[in-house]
Amino acid sequence: MFDDTNLTQLIFGRLSWEAIPHDPIIISTFVAVVIGGLAIVALITKYKLWGYLWNEWFTTVDHKKIGIMYIILAIVMLLRGFADAIMMRIQQAIAFNGNEGYLNAHHYDQIFTAHGVIMIFFVAMPFVTGFMNYVVPLQIGARDVSFPFLNNFSFWMTTAGAIIIMISLFVGEFARTGWLAYPPLSGADYSPGVGVDYYIWGLQVAGVGTTLSGINLIATIVKMRAPGMTFMKMPVFTWTSLCTNILIVATFPILTATLALLSLDRYVGTNFFTNDLGGNPMMYVNLIWIWGHPEVYILILPAFGIFSEVVATFCGKRLFGYASMVYATCVIMILSYLVWLHHFFTMGSGASVNAFFGITTMIISIPTGAKMFNWLFTMYRGRIRYEVPMLWTVGFMVTFVIGGMTGVMLAIPPADFVLHNSLFLVAHFHNVIIGGVLFGLMAGLVYWWPKAFGYKLDDFWGKMTFWFWQIGFFFAFMPLYVLGLMGVTRRVSQFEDPSLQIWFIIAAFGAVLIALGIASFIIQLVVSYLRRDQLRETSGDPWNGRTLEWSTSSPPPDYNFAFTPVVHDHDSWYDMKNRGYERPLAGFKRIHMPKNTGTGVILSGLSIALAFALIWYIWWLAAVSFIAIIAVSIGHTFNYKRDFYIPVETVTATEDARSRLLAERI
Amino acid sequence: MTAKAPSQEDAHEAHHGHSHGHGAGHGTLRSYVIGFVLSVILTAIPFWLVMGEVLESKTATIAAIVIFGTIQIVVHMIFFLHMNTKSEGGWTMMALIFTLIIVGIALAGSLWVMHHLNANMMPMTHEMMRNMP
Repeated sequence: MFDDTNLTQLIFGRLSWEAIPHDPIIISTFVAVVIGGLAIVALITKYKLWGYLWNEWFTTVDHKKIGIMYIILAIVMLLRGFADAIMMRIQQAIAFNGNEGYLNAHHYDQIFTAHGVIMIFFVAMPFVTGFMNYVVPLQIGARDVSFPFLNNFSFWMTTAGAIIIMISLFVGEFARTGWLAYPPLSGADYSPGVGVDYYIWGLQVAGVGTTLSGINLIATIVKMRAPGMTFMKMPVFTWTSLCTNILIVATFPILTATLALLSLDRYVGTNFFTNDLGGNPMMYVNLIWIWGHPEVYILILPAFGIFSEVVATFCGKRLFGYASMVYATCVIMILSYLVWLHHFFTMGSGASVNAFFGITTMIISIPTGAKMFNWLFTMYRGRIRYEVPMLWTVGFMVTFVIGGMTGVMLAIPPADFVLHNSLFLVAHFHNVIIGGVLFGLMAGLVYWWPKAFGYKLDDFWGKMTFWFWQIGFFFAFMPLYVLGLMGVTRRVSQFEDPSLQIWFIIAAFGAVLIALGIASFIIQLVVSYLRRDQLRETSGDPWNGRTLEWSTSSPPPDYNFAFTPVVHDHDSWYDMKNRGYERPLAGFKRIHMPKNTGTGVILSGLSIALAFALIWYIWWLAAVSFIAIIAVSIGHTFNYKRDFYIPVETVTATEDARSRLLAERI
Repeated sequence: MTAKAPSQEDAHEAHHGHSHGHGAGHGTLRSYVIGFVLSVILTAIPFWLVMGEVLESKTATIAAIVIFGTIQIVVHMIFFLHMNTKSEGGWTMMALIFTLIIVGIALAGSLWVMHHLNANMMPMTHEMMRNMP
């Protein structure tokens, strides 16, 4: 008997049947996921799509397809993260007067942790990275990113992180610590289970992908711009992408190191962040926010870039104050490193430290405000077309300013002592992340969709999506401002005071409106796909765009540009159109391209195995998968068949087909 | 896909296809020897300081080791990693300066913040423990 348990432990670590949750909510979700998953697998098998998916998508090194896959990942995870959100809203709306609601504290704590982790790391991050991947090479006139294989690998590592987090839903549990897993709560003493380990390894694996994609995009922007495109002629989205990726490369190592120290505390019994033996949990809070604050600018800067492109295009004007926009972006990039303490004013650093960080935080609102005025002045006397991307942009300007102002309120240390960890804070950061990042991403999706797929998105459902989100946002989060000012703290699953209930019910109603917004969004995608022939867009330039991505066909050919464009001014495509640019019709050459490879998928699968083994203490599997990762990585370096030429006939045929399409339009 | 049979030259060309001339510097035998000798000297001195107990105070010894360690980093960067203002069109230097600023902010900020937190939040003398509410 004794030997038997030992053997089981040797093989399965701490994994056992106990690890499968018995909660009816989770079991029914699990059943639904299994049925849905099997249905998808069956459909793919029936239509024999595995080969197509593997050859054309999973192994691709084309930045456009990788960008699209990032965005698909983000949308799938958005559904999961939103499911968590609406569960919390319903729980808080009913858990009054001794009613415990339908979620126990154990489950509720996992849900708010998972919601935060998923929305930041697996919705916002892949969404932003997806856009940067898709758009940046096109905007700078490049044929791909600097390191195409690395790009594929980064995507699959991000996906691996998401899969690890999703596994925690059905095998074991997730962290119950809040999205940043502060010790000592996340230490071995107070969180002995697998939850925090899922958190750590999910983020570590995804972090590899994020850091590498940051390096990749910096190299792309610095080294691969079209001739003539000096830094001050780069499109604003490319500028904000550059700054975002610099932030990624500079800060994600801090997250990795901090989580590594936490794992040492948990796995080998060191005392970096414990309460005794010289450990100091406050150091963890300090370190994680040195990463965490730049992280929010990593998310918002590309959104600012998208708004800049959209405003200039839909007002038919050059962006007001291009240079000031660039400098504002760079100033935000630097200042975002100098404000991290405002996340823990109340921890007790004292007046001098708090004053310094309070002031730096207020200063950062100046370049952000400058951007706001730049967009307004671009609209001033512009010919504004209120297409869907422009709606999102105007909605953003109204909403984000409110979030920005409550942010400045929170930056005042004495006010923060009242508002810290209250629902006011929750309302504030949702105000800037939904009203800023998400609105930007939605604007970008509608704006660049015709470029990626060759047809526009349906207008009616696009407007429905926007209005449901916009109104739903105000219903869902304005009550939280009120509650926060009344002193209600975050992360609470039951309430004593019945007078608060009405606000939570209003907030839950807002969440329902947002659910309708998400439903409209999915309907929009389906309806547009069904109506794709009416919505077809053959010019390549549906919005009368200004930057280089609109000079190629929609969707762009594999090689993006048959000839590398030459840039003379910023808003280079607008400039080319003005000077009567003629598409070259002959003289094509064969094009040198990188070749697909499956190594990224394999490494990502092995990383999942390694993370799973480490989470459950299955040491043999950890050793095997780790060695396999090293072996596959070294093996890949011997792969010399990594490029090919698109023959000149193919290029000519593709370009001629485009010429015929363009001729039909006239 | 209509892939042409690729050769090793193709791969090589792909690898260097986008760098236009100003690559990273490569060291000479002379620079490597200078770097090596400097590294040895800079390693030997701290050992000598510790083993020979040369300096009176421990703090001074530690400070000296840190200083030699810092010089060592600079030597490695110049002679082994070929850091100069010209390679990659000045980008490596830019990246280095940016890194130094960020590391400086993170280190100095953390020390400052943690010092204050320690002073304010860890008042654990016996006197204070007894008077705690």
